[in-house]
Order: sequence, then C-alpha cells, then structure tokens
Amino acid sequence: MAMLQINLRPRALRSACLAGLLALAACLGYGQAVNSCLDCHSAQPGRLEVTPEKFSQDIHAQKGLTCTSCHGGDASSYDPEQAMSRKAGWKGKVDRKQIPQLCGSCHANPAFMRTYNPSLRTDQLDQYHTSVHGKRLATGDTKVAVCTDCHSVHDLRPPSDPRSTVNPVNVAKTCSRCHSDASYMKQYGIPTDQFANYSTSVHHDALAVRGDLSAPTCTTCHGNHGAVPPGVDKVQNVCANCHVFQAQMYQKSTHSKAFQDKGLPGCVVCHTNHGIHLPSDAMLGTGPQGVCMRCHAPGDHCDRARATIQGNLTQLDQSIKDADQALRLAESAGMEVSEARLSQDQARDALTKARVTIHSFQAALVNQDIQAGMKIAAANQKAGKDAMVERNHRRIGLGICLIAIAFMLVGLWLYIKKLES
Amino acid sequence: MIAALIHWLDERLQLDGLIAPLRHKTVPTHRLSYWYFFGGITLFLFIIQVLTGILLLLYYRPGANEAFESVQYIMTRVQFGWLIRSIHSWSANLMIFTAFVHMFSVVFLKAYRKPRELTWVTGMLLLFLVMGFGFSGYLLPWNTLAFFATKVGTEIAGQVPFIGKPIMIFLRGGEEVTGATLTRFFGFHVAVLPGIVTVLIAIHLFLVQRLGMSVPPKVEAAWEANPAARREMKFFPNFMLRELMAWYVAIGALGALAALFPWELGVKADPFVSAPAGIKPEWYFLFMFQTLKIIPSKVWLFDGEVLGVLGCSLAGMLWMLLPFFEGDRSARIKAWFTGLSIFALVYVIGMSIYGYVAN
Amino acid sequence: MCADQLPSSQASRRRAIEIFLGGGILASFASFLYPVLRYFVPPAVVDLGGDEVVASKVAEVKPNTGKIFRFGNRPGLLIMNSDGTYRAMSATCTHLGCTVQYRPDLREVWCACHNGTYDLNGRNVSGPPPRPLDVFDVHQRGDEIVVSRKREA
Repeated sequence: MAMLQINLRPRALRSACLAGLLALAACLGYGQAVNSCLDCHSAQPGRLEVTPEKFSQDIHAQKGLTCTSCHGGDASSYDPEQAMSRKAGWKGKVDRKQIPQLCGSCHANPAFMRTYNPSLRTDQLDQYHTSVHGKRLATGDTKVAVCTDCHSVHDLRPPSDPRSTVNPVNVAKTCSRCHSDASYMKQYGIPTDQFANYSTSVHHDALAVRGDLSAPTCTTCHGNHGAVPPGVDKVQNVCANCHVFQAQMYQKSTHSKAFQDKGLPGCVVCHTNHGIHLPSDAMLGTGPQGVCMRCHAPGDHCDRARATIQGNLTQLDQSIKDADQALRLAESAGMEVSEARLSQDQARDALTKARVTIHSFQAALVNQDIQAGMKIAAANQKAGKDAMVERNHRRIGLGICLIAIAFMLVGLWLYIKKLES
Repeated sequence: MIAALIHWLDERLQLDGLIAPLRHKTVPTHRLSYWYFFGGITLFLFIIQVLTGILLLLYYRPGANEAFESVQYIMTRVQFGWLIRSIHSWSANLMIFTAFVHMFSVVFLKAYRKPRELTWVTGMLLLFLVMGFGFSGYLLPWNTLAFFATKVGTEIAGQVPFIGKPIMIFLRGGEEVTGATLTRFFGFHVAVLPGIVTVLIAIHLFLVQRLGMSVPPKVEAAWEANPAARREMKFFPNFMLRELMAWYVAIGALGALAALFPWELGVKADPFVSAPAGIKPEWYFLFMFQTLKIIPSKVWLFDGEVLGVLGCSLAGMLWMLLPFFEGDRSARIKAWFTGLSIFALVYVIGMSIYGYVAN
Repeated sequence: MCADQLPSSQASRRRAIEIFLGGGILASFASFLYPVLRYFVPPAVVDLGGDEVVASKVAEVKPNTGKIFRFGNRPGLLIMNSDGTYRAMSATCTHLGCTVQYRPDLREVWCACHNGTYDLNGRNVSGPPPRPLDVFDVHQRGDEIVVSRKREA
C-alpha cells in the first residue's frame, strides 16, 4: 500500500486516495464520527498498526473516547500534516515517563470518572507513585512497568474480562513478561524464577487451572498499582488474609517472635513464597522434604515434639485408611454402610484441622484434634466390622434355613417313597 | 385333628366335588417328565413375587424424590428388609429364566400341538407380560442404571412407525423419563400387570388341568405301539409332592442368593448427568438389544433401528402363532419347525452372551 | 413290597417320615415366617430423610444457635433466630465442600476451612464460596422441627 505513505507528493494521487478513503470511512463508519487516524493506521506496518477491529475491543473506544483523547491531533483530516500537527495538539507516541500522568489525567480525577463509573477507584496513580515501578520511573528508569505495559493499549479490556491482561487468571503471565526475562532484569539483581515457581504452585493450580478466582496471584500479595514485595516482617499478614487460622496460631506460637527477631520472613521460611506446594506430613519428617531440622538440632525437645506431631498425624491418617478399608470390605459383601461413610468425612475434617493446628507448634494442641478424629475413625471401623459380623449372622441364618429345607426335602422324599411302595 | 377340619370344610364347601377331577388327573412319566416341573416352578416364583412385592409395598414410596431413599431404607433399616428386597429381585430374574425354560421345553416337547394351542397363546402372552413386569419393576428403585435403561428401552419402543411416538409418550407419561414415568410404571407394576396376569394364569391353569399333560411325539408313538409301556403317576398327591420338593429347592436357592449375593442399590438417578458409557438392559432383553445393535443404521431405504424393532415385534407375534402354522402338516414340515425352534434357542442364548460380553 | 414286612421296621419308617416331614414343615415355615414377622415391625428411625426430615426437637435448639442435622446423604444446618423463628439450609460449603457452621457472634453462616461467609438467606457474601447455599423450608410440628426441600413454585 505504497499509496498511503506519509511522504505522498503527487496531488492527484492524494485526491484519489482521499476519495477512496472517504468511501472506506463511509462503509466502516455507519453513524460513527470520521476517524482518519484508524483509517490510515489500520494499514500501517508493525508497531504502527492499529486496526478498527483491535480498537473496538478497547473499553475506552466503547465509552466514546478516541485516538485524539490521548494522542491529540485532528481525526477529521486525512491530510497527515493536518491530522498530526502540533497545532492540533498532536502528542505523537507518548513518552513512557509521561504515560502514568496521561492515564492519571482522567483516572485520578474522581469527578471525571464519576461520570462514567462512580464505583471505580481513582487512587491508582497515587498508589503507583509508592510502588517500586513508580519510584524507579521517577529516577528516570524507563525499563520499569508503566500503565500500558500491564493493561495493554488500544485493546485495553476491563479486568473482569477473561481476555484482559490484568484479569486475575492472566496477571502472573503479564508480570512474567519482564520478571522472567533474565537478560532484561539483569541490572536489578532480583531473581527471575518467580513465575516458574508460581506455575508449579497450588495457588496457580487453583486459579489458572481450576478457575477459582479466590486464589492468589502476584498482585494479591504484592499489590497491583502499589506493587512492592511485602516486608520480611509483613509476610504473614499477607498470608493471613486467607489462611486465617494458621496465621492466628502462628502469631501465638514461639516461632513468631523467634523468626521476627532473626529477620526471617514468617510463613515463607517453611512454605517458600512463589512455588508453594501442597504441604505434606513429610515436611514434619527428617527426610529431604523436612523443614524443622533445618534449624533444630536432633534430639532436642523441639525435635521430639516434631516427631510426636508427625507420629500422631500418621496414626490418624492410617486409622482413617483402615476404616475406609473395613467399609469397602463390608460394601463389597453387600452390606449397607452409608452412614459410616458419611461420618468418615468428619474424621477427615479432623485430620485437616489437626494439620492447621501444627502452626501452633504445640504437640498437645495437635493431639487434641487428632484424638477427636481417632474416635470417629475408630467408630467407623467398628461399623464396618459390625457390618461383617451382621453378614456372618445372615449366613448362619441362611444355614439354619437351608437345614430346615433339607429336612423337609428328606421328609417329602421318604413320604413319596412310602406312597409309591 | 386335620381330618376333622377338612370334614368341617367339606360339609360347607362340598370339597369333594371340587377336588374330584384333581384326584383323577394323571401325569405321564417318561424320561422327559422332569420338564413338566418348570411351569409349576414359574408359578411358584410368581407367588413369591406377589408376596415379597406386597411386603415391599409396606415401605416403598413411589416418586422421584423418595423412591431411592425408600429402597435404601428397606435395605438398611427395616429388619430383614435386605432379605425381602433381594429375594424379590432374584426371584424376578429366576422367574423370567424359568419362564423361558418352560416355553422352550414346551416348544421342543411339542406340547403346543392341537388341542393345546390356546394354552400356548396364553403362555406367550404371559411371557410378554412377565418381561413387562421386569421392565417396569426395574425402574422402581430409581437408580442411574435403571433410569437410563428405561430411557433407552422406551426410546426403542418409540421407533415403531406411526404408533411408536404415542406408545412412548404413554409409557413415559410425557416426552421424557421423569418422576411421572416412575409413578406410571409403579401403577403398571403393582396393579395393571398383576390384574391381567392373574386372569391369564387362571385361564392357562384351567386349560392345563382340563386338557391334561401333553406327551412328546416320540413317547406317544412308542406308547401307541406298546400300550403296556405307558406309565403315569397321580397328579394328587404324587406329582404335587414332587412339585413341592422343587418349590422347596427354589426357595432355598433364593435365600442363598439373597444372603450371599445381595442385590445392589446403585446411585440415585440424576436426569441431568449424561448416561454412563455402555448402558445395557437387563439380561432378558439382551438378545433383542444386541440384535438392534448389529443391524446397520441403514438397510436399503429403511432406517435400521425401525426395521429391527418391527422385525422383533413380528418375530414375537409369529412365534405366538407357531401352533397354527405347524398345524398337522407333514413330517418334513414338522422337522423344519423343530429346526426353526433350535435356531431360535441358539439365537436367544447366543445373542444374550454376545450382548453380555460386548462393550 | 412284601406283605410280611416286619411291623417294627415299618413303624420306625413311619416315625422317620413323621419326624422329617413334620419337623421339616415346622422348621421351614418358622424360618420363612420369622423374617416376615420381624419385617412388619416398623424400625426405630421412621423417616427416610430424602425429602423431609425431623431436624431436631424444639427443646434442643436455643435462640441464636445453629445445629447440624442429616438430610438425605448430606448435612444440613438448622438455625434458630433470636425472635424464635427457624431457618434451615444446606451445610455443605459451595467452595470445597467443608461443613459450615452458624456464628452467633457474627449472626452469619461461616465456613472454617477458608473463611467463607454466607448471610442468613444462604447468599455467599464474602470469601471464596462461588454460589449460595440451598435453602430449605422449616415447619414446626408439635415438639418437632421438620425441614423439607423447597417446593417448586
């Protein structure tokens, strides 16, 4: 499309171009105002390309804003010199250092935003200024993220749209565009394995795989506009928002003060920060997954407490499995044990509760929950065994009945024989 | 004391007149006599069904939201509920089995010949109705297997041209299988079918008593040649006592099956869940079901399934009219009919096995 | 059969028949009738719990408290409000299936597993639960509180 290049000279060709574009605009317009920007830029190569299809996805376009709202210029003229003249207020490609201010010119203006959506927040720009990105941008570092890097531009969708780059399901991928790029992040000296770790985590599994929007992503713990890693002493506050009980118990435990004094990041010490996996009872063990013995000495009373807790958990887990086995046996023998099966859920809940109580780091408290669960599991196992005893009773009853029938058959046979003799 | 009681009843009912024909009735004895028991065993199993069915009625609740729970209740809470329900389910299957055995034994012993054609016709009708009992009763626990089996079964019924759709709607109580279907099937199972079957059994038994037991052709020929070789036993009490022994064996078998292999409860039906893969009807429908499955979907101009349904229906009707076709024709034709009967038996058994092992 | 059969063997034969036949009839009929008679006796737990269930006796539930009861094959939650009325709803949390509880201090239904909360109409108001809890009808019959599934409108 050489005809449409900006350095067009021959007048006649320009007029023909104008006529053609007017026709095109008429077709695409149907009632919309003339937008010469889109009409030319939809045919531009590479990074200059913005098509009407792309722009129509943008929430700003849907609300009635257009190119000139941010870039200035004159959208009614097809003359590039007029359309993109400084006199018409054309800003050109907005300088990265200016982007937050530009977006903020509307989004930080409560009176203005009220006219579109009164419930939208307007403190994003303020928050941004407190973030690592904002602070570094202020010093002149243009490599950090600005609004358009995360929210995309020209096809900006609201966060609630599942296709939006800032929809919870997509946030981690958006952040990883920079934060997983080792060469890009080299000068900052921070790790670039967060996304890789997060992708293996239970949180990622819940959010991106199972679609559970209550699961955390980067911004849940780090904040979005005011993104800063939580301080070492503040980590447990962040985790505590969802993991309430664990946090409460941890707070009251000996570990809370001990970690704080040593400047250790609370929950992260045992559970890591990004690659958080489903905890297992092996974490209480002495094997490679064990976390306690990283600090504690073998044989001291903490080691003994650890062993007790692990032992108790294993005991309850085994007890539940034994009860399941007994019930399975009874069911395959045709006995009905649905009540006990239901009760197994309660035993499993007790085990879950006990695992939460680990965070109090008191073996006695954990044991309380364990014992409650043991009682239930034992009762269910008994139900399974009773069902088998009942089954045996049935077989004995059957045996008696069959003996009576056999008696009768012998009697009939003898009687028939007698009759026919 | 018993003699006194009988005398008391006799004075008021004139029992002698009633029992007299029974006293005279004889049953031929030959090497194939054992087949004579199967009719009585089927009747006995039917009586068991009626009795256990009535007991189940004391606790069963028809209705999509209560049926499954009520059967679960019977199995787990009612004393010996498991026994009554398992006997009912096992006896149903055994009864259909013995009914088939009885039918095929009649075929091969040629007991359907004149003058017993009507006995045969009423017997075939009873066989169809008994399978209807099985189909309607199967749905009553309202579990997933039963729900989808009913869906498929009524769907097939709906394939008949013209009248199929109305028949399907009549059976289902609507367009789909719902709680309305359950209520309707319950009505069929405990009122409609028992009523019709009782009348047919009465006619069937009356005919059997009136016409006596048929003797297989070869034995008949042998006895005609040598009248001295004829052996008979009195129906009352000799045959009846032997029949009673067979009934006792049957009830022992039922008890053993119920105690050792209790009938399963399954999972409550959920109409919104998709059908489990490889859904199959109960074994006594397998041979027809498998036949439909192997017919290609299009046979010349016609839809394969419609052809299959019509074909099965036609086969059933012709089979019911078998005695009228065979009549008193030549030995060659009689032999042809024997061949056809063997084919029918092999087909039913073969297709049932095929249907069972196929996925 | 010889006519000069010794009477004693015949008598013992008759005896044997009597024992087996008589004993057989009695024993077999007893073994048939025993289960049937036991069957007629209604069990202790009378209702099915499928459509409707007695959740509790009136005396067992105090104002501003909740009680878990079995409804069919799942747990239900019965709440007595401070004004003496009752509410009942499914007790299976719509998030990951834990059993919820009534919180008298919050006057809300709460799930201990992940801190989900529902209001007294079963609507999920905060935390992870994605859907409301199913609400049941509650009636009082004498001294029993009966919970039943909602009737279709």
